[in-house]
Amino acid sequence: MQILDRRLNPSGRSLPNRQRFLRRAKSLVQEAVRDASAKRDIRSADEGGEVSIPLHGIREPSFHHGSGGMRDHVLPGNKEYREGDEIQRPQGGGGGGGSEGSPEGGGEDAFRFVLTREEFLSLFLDDLELPDLAKRRLVEGADPAWHRAGYSVAGTPSNLSLARTMRNSLSRRIALKRPKPEAVAALEAEIAELEGQPGSEERIAALKAELAVQLKRSQRIPWIDPIDVRYRRFEPVPRPVARAVMFCLMDVSGSMTEDMKDLAKRFYTLLYIFLQRRYKHVDIVFIRHTHEAAEVDEQTFFHSRETGGTLVSTALEEMRKVVADRYPPTDWNIYAAQASDGDNAAGDSQRTARLLIDEVLPACQYYAYIEVGRDGEHGMPGFPRGPTDLWRTYEQLVSAGAPMAMKKVRNRRDIFPVFRELFAKRGLLEEAKA
Amino acid sequence: MNAPVSTPGLLYEGADWDFSTLMRIHDACEEVAVRDLGLDFYPNRIEIISAEQMLDAYASTGLPLFYRHWSFGKQFAQHEALYRKGLRGLAYEIVINSDPCLSYVMEENTATLQALVIAHAAFGHNHFFKNNRIFREWTDAKGILDYLEFAKGYIAECEDKYGEIAVERVLDSAHALMNYGVHRHHRRTIDLRSEEQRVRERRAHDERMYNVLWSTLPERASQAIGADEVEKRRAMLQLPQENVLYFLEKSAPRLAPWQREVIRIVRNVAQYFHPQRQTKMMNEGCATYVHHRILNTLHAEGRLSDGALLEALHSHTSVIMQPDFDDPRYSGINPYALGFAMMEDIERICREPTEEDREWFPDFAGSGDPMPTLRYGWSEFRDESFILQFLSPHLMRKMKFFHLKDDAAQPVLRVDAMHDERGYRRLRRALAKQYDPAWMDPDIQVVDVDLSGDRRLILEHRVQDGRLLEEQEARQVLRHLANLWSYDVLLREVDPATGASLREHAVSPPR
Repeated sequence: MQILDRRLNPSGRSLPNRQRFLRRAKSLVQEAVRDASAKRDIRSADEGGEVSIPLHGIREPSFHHGSGGMRDHVLPGNKEYREGDEIQRPQGGGGGGGSEGSPEGGGEDAFRFVLTREEFLSLFLDDLELPDLAKRRLVEGADPAWHRAGYSVAGTPSNLSLARTMRNSLSRRIALKRPKPEAVAALEAEIAELEGQPGSEERIAALKAELAVQLKRSQRIPWIDPIDVRYRRFEPVPRPVARAVMFCLMDVSGSMTEDMKDLAKRFYTLLYIFLQRRYKHVDIVFIRHTHEAAEVDEQTFFHSRETGGTLVSTALEEMRKVVADRYPPTDWNIYAAQASDGDNAAGDSQRTARLLIDEVLPACQYYAYIEVGRDGEHGMPGFPRGPTDLWRTYEQLVSAGAPMAMKKVRNRRDIFPVFRELFAKRGLLEEAKA
Repeated sequence: MNAPVSTPGLLYEGADWDFSTLMRIHDACEEVAVRDLGLDFYPNRIEIISAEQMLDAYASTGLPLFYRHWSFGKQFAQHEALYRKGLRGLAYEIVINSDPCLSYVMEENTATLQALVIAHAAFGHNHFFKNNRIFREWTDAKGILDYLEFAKGYIAECEDKYGEIAVERVLDSAHALMNYGVHRHHRRTIDLRSEEQRVRERRAHDERMYNVLWSTLPERASQAIGADEVEKRRAMLQLPQENVLYFLEKSAPRLAPWQREVIRIVRNVAQYFHPQRQTKMMNEGCATYVHHRILNTLHAEGRLSDGALLEALHSHTSVIMQPDFDDPRYSGINPYALGFAMMEDIERICREPTEEDREWFPDFAGSGDPMPTLRYGWSEFRDESFILQFLSPHLMRKMKFFHLKDDAAQPVLRVDAMHDERGYRRLRRALAKQYDPAWMDPDIQVVDVDLSGDRRLILEHRVQDGRLLEEQEARQVLRHLANLWSYDVLLREVDPATGASLREHAVSPPR
């Protein structure tokens, strides 16, 4: 009898099965993830959680009897029945005839299980990407690719090149005339044969001398010498990396209500999660503006409060400055996302448009504008509310062919779909449109 | 309550345990199992696992190492979700029919639960595995672990060579037919240990063999083939064949050797589990009876405290709970309940028989020690025959069994038999039938291949009592079958009495 403690065995033995299962059910799970994410908070989108997928898509079929025909049931716990009694057929399978178990366990039509944060995000962000990530540059500090590059005399044992080492050893042994083992054996055999035969003493002495020389030589000349040893050599080859920077521009002026700011922040949170997970070499620059703009850190951007007037051009000006200082457009893929309620000080629109056209857009690969508004905002009766100043301004730019996208977000529910639309893989998007 | 006083005879006190406690418990159980019950078992190996590992084991049908497939991941996710929500507990143990016999016990169990589990699995199930005829004839306890190791490695290798998707397609299809991957009637000796060598020999043999399916002789008109020829062809292909997977492995024309091997692995696993399906009730009854006897004996000898026995009895009674048919908790006859009740009933008949028992069971009524009778029963029967042989009128009355006839053509159900003088035998036969896989599973066989035509595979479902197949799923399974066969497949549902075809399903392989 043996007792073994298996508790310390590596856990996650079923992980490969789980991965196979997720791959198998990918389209179903992805749909479920989208549904789930539309309903929930962005912060918890970052946490994974339970999803439910329809069972029929992952069913394992088997032959079994359908309904109809004659069946026998033997049941325990008889109370009042006598032989020959007739009983009404129970409806819906419950009660008397319920000894039939469905093989899938209770005939559930949905299958619920829990996804980890990693699984949730990778499924959620699976078909999103930054558009037009084209400019690639060699960057210091990026992981190099290792390529085979000849042989070296130093290295780790695992890189030992046996063939090359033995080749060197062989040529050295030939060059230095190390006797072959067969030659030594032949000499020894000859000596043994002559031994004891009269008149062969001289010959034996000569052979013995020869043998001694040979033996000494093979002792002096090693089979493998350290100078024979060769290792496979690898050389680091720098890989070009696409470096990208994302500018997050957010309006925090007084006209933005807390709700609107909340929506904008949620949008950026999602953007932030997306970039962090998918792109190693993405810098993120946070700029917020009222009537003046400032570059801030992540913490301030998401968590601090401020209010004031609205000058959108200040943010663009700030972005232009940062680009000029740190992100030369020749080396960097530049992206920007701007969130605002669409209000702008009268007279600033012209300046904003000009800045955008002349300075910002030429440097950018992609520019996204998200206009946040209150839920169910239709304007007051008698004051039909048309498009906002900024929306009108940008609309003109877009119709003139500027590389930018515009979306309105009125509600938390909109954030995920809008985000998906903005960053869906181009091919997919065009397919969807077609 | 008084503070527990250390008593010299006790195996352990309190709920905590360590390895030496388990060792003492095991040795004490072994002593009782050998001395009082006369059990004969494989050497034991007890492995302690965590809850997560238990979930792992669940997902791969309880086997310690198993090949990879998405369906196991699905089961794991399902069990895990239920477990995490607290909707379902985990089993206390899992036991593997191998030599040495592996029992997995959970680390969360208290000392008493461990004692219960060891007595139940390491002695009860272990004895059953080693002695039951079906297990002896159909499974190879010595070879199973090595074979699983080989299967896991082989399938992983195939995944590397041919891609996960390709392997998955074969496994999916083979799994759908798993219940038809078993030889039910004629027995073969099973030796899983040499499987690996035989893989190679089989391939070499196949290559030398002339495969009738590849015959490319000019086609003859179908009607020209006489009945003689049909018989010859069927004999050549070993038809009719109830083991569909076996037939595919041997005769499917377009499978690659590795695909045949994968089918063979699924088939061997199905065969390994087949006895468990046929003896579920007896096996659990045997194990439950054994742990009950062992723990009570240990208590009587002062080696188990009163508290421990009460704790064990608490678990014991919840395991053997049998809700009545009209109880919302009812989900079929609990194999633990019926199994244990039958074993106890046999004990009663041996020790204190009534007149009725003497009449029904003259062979062993009043024989005194129940163990010889029980051991005989455990070794020579399966659920169906065990019920036919040993279910007593006394127990039928106690369980208040009754037999309902449900004819879809009639508007009402009819009580056909109940626990009275007129009903005992009919009731017992009806109950036994419920435990007969040959009756519960649709009877489907490969009957012919249209060799002169389009190589269509023809199967037959011999319809019993008018129970036709569930159509949608049957078509899905047939699609899997066509996938392996690579040509059209036709399933005829036939009335065995008249030979009339009741319904046909034809499926073409995916292009």
